Amino acid sequence: MRASARQVGGLGEAGLTGAYLAPGSSFAEFLAREAPHLLPGSRIVGTEGASLTSDDGAAPSATTAVALTYPGGIIMAGDRRATVGTTIASRDIEKVYPADGTSAIAVAGTAGLAIELVRMFQLELEHYEKVEGTGLSIAGKANRLATLVRSHLALALRGLAVVPLYGGYDTERKQGRIFSYDVTGGRYEEREYHAVGSGAVFARGSLKKLWNPQLTSDQAARTAVTALIDAADDDAATAGPDVGRAIWPVVARVDESGYRRLPDEELAAIVHEIYEGATR
Amino acid sequence: MSIPYYVPPELLIKDRSDFARSGVAKGKPVVIASVREGIVLVTENPSASLRKISEIYDRIAFAGVGRYNEFEALRVAGIRYADLRGYAYDRADVTARSVAAAYAQTLGAVFTGEPKPLEVELAVAEVGERPAEDQFFRISFDGSVAQITGLLVIGGGAEDLTARLREELPTAPRLSDVLVRVVGKDGGGWEAAVLRRGAERRAFARLSESELKAAVSSRRRKGSA
Repeated sequence: MRASARQVGGLGEAGLTGAYLAPGSSFAEFLAREAPHLLPGSRIVGTEGASLTSDDGAAPSATTAVALTYPGGIIMAGDRRATVGTTIASRDIEKVYPADGTSAIAVAGTAGLAIELVRMFQLELEHYEKVEGTGLSIAGKANRLATLVRSHLALALRGLAVVPLYGGYDTERKQGRIFSYDVTGGRYEEREYHAVGSGAVFARGSLKKLWNPQLTSDQAARTAVTALIDAADDDAATAGPDVGRAIWPVVARVDESGYRRLPDEELAAIVHEIYEGATR
Repeated sequence: MSIPYYVPPELLIKDRSDFARSGVAKGKPVVIASVREGIVLVTENPSASLRKISEIYDRIAFAGVGRYNEFEALRVAGIRYADLRGYAYDRADVTARSVAAAYAQTLGAVFTGEPKPLEVELAVAEVGERPAEDQFFRISFDGSVAQITGLLVIGGGAEDLTARLREELPTAPRLSDVLVRVVGKDGGGWEAAVLRRGAERRAFARLSESELKAAVSSRRRKGSA
């Protein structure tokens, strides 16, 4: 009776015992003990040695995201395209999310796993906050994300890589901070700007020319959108702003007052301004 | 060979109940009340870090009285239970009823199966769209659950305090109506939180000491004018 209730994923009516009462404030660690089959990176039996990439036409890939700092905060932005091989799987996918009230996460790579990683990370931060009664430092959050990325390594080696980009406002230092990752969970702090995904090379080239340490928040948002447009210019898997359907990149600003996603009207204005500047 | 003493089950249950009840009665009461602004949870607590009131999930809060180490472990277990359900299903699928049922199972199993019952009394509250939709559950040390509406007090002297508040509180009370009657004029050494009605996602917010003092004193001025 009890064993069968447990199998549902610790969601039976067996009472709160074992892992529920163990010490610790990490949801991922609790999940690994109580319901390991629900973990995003969990091994799927019978698929060892198999490899799967977006080119096989199976799993969609999310493409380019950029982040940059400005005095007072950060801007994070992502295009809206997901591809399966050479086909467009989605033209309005979102790759930039609030991680919590004061930080943002963007993802590139296998879309299904990337969105699951975001969900797990958001929950991890919220869970810690509820259990401990206080939030983690921004470096602590960045390190937690590194651990979650590392748990995906087995899947990454089989062609299902997910690479996040993380950034937020450091209330101690009173500045925005950005962290980049590799598939092994390596965590690197970026002082200026960074880009991930298939169009990252072109976006980074654009940011290299446009970024400077004195950008205002509005200039920083414009720079991020310009970098995405430049990436879309050269990378088939990255989409520029879709003026016809009014689908704009997702652009988020994190500053002292917290996470804020820029509204569509503001983005439409930025895009028109960039295109007008380009044709003049 | 020694023969174990026979203890009739009635006596065993009574002994355990008396033991747990006296442990719970030592705890300062927690008042949970439906107000127009949401649900208010308030208790006397000189410590700013050892909490008796906590967030469980978006619209769900927890309060515990009795032995701190015991209700603290149960508080964390409740957060884990809620977060696991929300992760496996959806945020909308986490309800106070299911959290209360999990607590009841746990307390009931310990009450009959372990050498010592847990000396705690718990409350789980869920805020609704309107005060009539608010749900309170009280879970006792033996695993019994009661669903209550409007006003719930757990801990020592709960019955007297409930009777007093029921008499003094107006119908459809405001947040300050409850605070001024529970906290009094002072406002220091209290722990208070609100589940805000109509909040987009996480409805739980703690009231700082200054917010609490402001709520109580503004009310007094109005009352005396």
